[in-house]
Amino acid sequence: MSARVLVGVKRVIDYAVKIRVKPDNTGVVTDGVKHSMNPFCEIAVEEAVKLKEKKLIKEVVAVSCGPQQAQETIRTALAMGADRGIHVEVSGKDYDNLGPLQVSKILAALAKKEETSLIILGKQAIDDDCNQTGQMTAALLDWPQGTFASEVVLEGDKVKVIREIDGGLETVRLKMPAVITADLRLNTPRYATLPNIMKAKKKKIDVVKPGELGVDLTSHLEVLRVDEPPQRQAGMKVETVEELISRLKEAGRM
Amino acid sequence: RSRAAVCGAVRRGSRRLSHVAQLPEVHRMLRQTCRDFAERELAPVASQLDKEHTYPGRQVRELGKLGIMAVEVPESLGGAGLDYLAYGLAVEEISRGCASTGVIVSVNNSLYLGPLLKFGSEEQKKQWIPPFTTGEKVGCFALSEPGNGSDAGAASTTAQLDGDEWVLNGTKAWITNSWDASATIIFATTDKAVKHQGISAFLVPMPHPGLSLGKKEDKLGIRASSTANIILEDCRVPKENLLGGLGMGFKIAMQTLDSGRIGIASQALGIGQAALDCAADYAHKRTAFGAPIAKLQAIQFKLADMAVALESARLLTWKAALLRDAKQPFTKEAAMAKLAASEAATFISHQAIQVLGGMGYVTDMPAERHYRDARITEIYEGTSEIQRLVIGTQVLKEYQG
Repeated sequence: MSARVLVGVKRVIDYAVKIRVKPDNTGVVTDGVKHSMNPFCEIAVEEAVKLKEKKLIKEVVAVSCGPQQAQETIRTALAMGADRGIHVEVSGKDYDNLGPLQVSKILAALAKKEETSLIILGKQAIDDDCNQTGQMTAALLDWPQGTFASEVVLEGDKVKVIREIDGGLETVRLKMPAVITADLRLNTPRYATLPNIMKAKKKKIDVVKPGELGVDLTSHLEVLRVDEPPQRQAGMKVETVEELISRLKEAGRM
Repeated sequence: RSRAAVCGAVRRGSRRLSHVAQLPEVHRMLRQTCRDFAERELAPVASQLDKEHTYPGRQVRELGKLGIMAVEVPESLGGAGLDYLAYGLAVEEISRGCASTGVIVSVNNSLYLGPLLKFGSEEQKKQWIPPFTTGEKVGCFALSEPGNGSDAGAASTTAQLDGDEWVLNGTKAWITNSWDASATIIFATTDKAVKHQGISAFLVPMPHPGLSLGKKEDKLGIRASSTANIILEDCRVPKENLLGGLGMGFKIAMQTLDSGRIGIASQALGIGQAALDCAADYAHKRTAFGAPIAKLQAIQFKLADMAVALESARLLTWKAALLRDAKQPFTKEAAMAKLAASEAATFISHQAIQVLGGMGYVTDMPAERHYRDARITEIYEGTSEIQRLVIGTQVLKEYQG
C-alpha cells in the first residue's frame, strides 16, 4: 500500500512535573521546566509505526508545530520509527496563541500537500486538555473521524476504529482518507532503542512556515487569567443520610 | 615528556568537555530513554526485587532490546555501537531505578564484553559476543579468590595445558552474576614462577563440567544480583579458549578494571541521585516547627553538600569516559571517578536517611535500600584504598624528573 500517515506530536510540560502558575497569572512557568512528547501523541506514533511494521502503510511523517525545541519532539518520534519529520515553525506571540484551530488548519494544509491517507493524533494534549484538534482537522478536510480509538484495523480502503465512549465500545468503519485520535488503551508505546536513536540522527526534518502553507494563525481567543485550582479543603464525616442532606442544604448545595 | 603527554590529554579532553554544559543530542535522547525505562520498569519493582533477591530477568531482556546490554559493541556484533560516555549515562540512569540491575548491566558491558572486544580473536568475538548483547545471556568476570582480592597478582587458581585442553583448578570468590551467567572470563596462573606475568585469562561457558557454583551470598545490598564462588575442579576447556596471549592475564584484568571503574562510578552516581531525590522530595513535604523542613538551614546545608559531592563525582566520571573515548590515557581519572562517586554515594545515602529521620530507617521509603546498595561501590572493582594507590602512583609519575 502506498499510504502515507501523518502523526501530530506535541511538545508539552512533562507529566511528572509539578505545574506552577506564573506570578503575573498570564500562564504557567515553562522556562527551565522539563518538556516531553504528549503521552497520547506517543501512542499515536506507536500505532503508526506498528502499521508500517505490518507493511500496511508506507511512510510515517511526524509533524510538530512550535519553536526550535519542537524538533526534539520530532526526533523522539523518529527514534520510535517515524520516517521523516516536518517542523512547522511557530514562535513568540504566535506560539502563545497557538490552539487547536490553528494546528488543525496547519495539519489540513499539510495533509493535502503530502497526499496523506491517514492522520493519527493523540486524543488530547495534557497541557490544555482541549480534545479538539482531531475533530477540527477532520471537519476542515471534510474527512471521516474515529476519535478515542482503542483499536485500529486497516481493511483495504477503509479503516475500522473501535472507540471508547461513555456507554462502552463503539465500532465505526471509515473510508480513507480519515482522521483517528488515539486513546490510552490503543497500545503501549515503545522505548526508543539505542540503534533507533542513532538511525534517527540521519532522518530528515523539513522546516516549514505557516505562511508557506497559506495558514492564518490569528486566534479569536484571549486568555484573561490563569489561576491555581483552589486548595483542597478537609471534608467532614456525617453519621446519617439525614445529616448529609441537611448539611448540603445548609451549604446551599441543594 | 610525560608532562607533555598528560597536558595534551587534558587539553584534548577539555575540548570535548565543552559539551558538559549540554550533552550531544544522541546522548540526551539515550539518557531520557534510560531514565523513562528506569522510572517505569525498575523503580516500581526495585524494593521487591531486593526483598526477594530476584534476578530481574525480564528487565534485563528489555534492556537488551534497547541496546543497553552491549553499548560499546559494534552493530556488526549485535551491539549499539556507542561510546563510553553513553554507557556511563545509561548505567547511571538504570542504577537510579535499581542498583542491582545497574551492576548486572555494568558487569556484562565492562567486565565480560569489554575484554572480549579488546583482546579477543575474530573467532572468539563472533562466538562469545552476539548472544550476550540481547539480554538473553549475561557474562561474568572471575578474578578475586577467597585468598586474594586486592592482591590480584597472587591468583592461586591454576590452568595447565593437557594436550588440546586447558585444565582449570581453584576457587573464585565474590563473582557478580555468577548464578545467572552463561559464560565467564576466569583468571588463572599458568606459570607461577613469573608471578604477575604468569596469569592468563580463559573463556569458560556456564554451565560446564568441572565448574560449579557456591551458595548465593546473602548480601547487605544489590541483592537482586547474584554473588557466589565459582569452583573449578579439573574444568577442561579447548585451548582456543585462551583469551589474549599466554601470561597476559594480569594486564587484561587491570585494563578491564580501568573501564569497569567508569561503570561502577556511574552506578554509584545513580544510587546517589536516587538518594538525593528522596531526601529533597521529603524535605519539601515533611513539616516540623510549623514549616517544611526544607526551610531549615541544617537541611539545606546537607542537601548542598550532597549535591556538590554528586555533581563533582559525575564530572569526574564523564571526564574519564571522554578521555577513554578520545583514546587518551584514563587510568587515573577512572580511579578518581570510582573513588569520588562511591564515597559520594555512601555519604549521600547516609545523609538521606538523616534527612528522613525515622522514615529513613524503615523499608517504607527507599532511603534504607540506597544506603545498603551504596556500600559495595567502595569495595568492588578495586577498593577505595586501591583507587588511592592507583591515583597516588599516577600523580607521582607526573612529577617524576
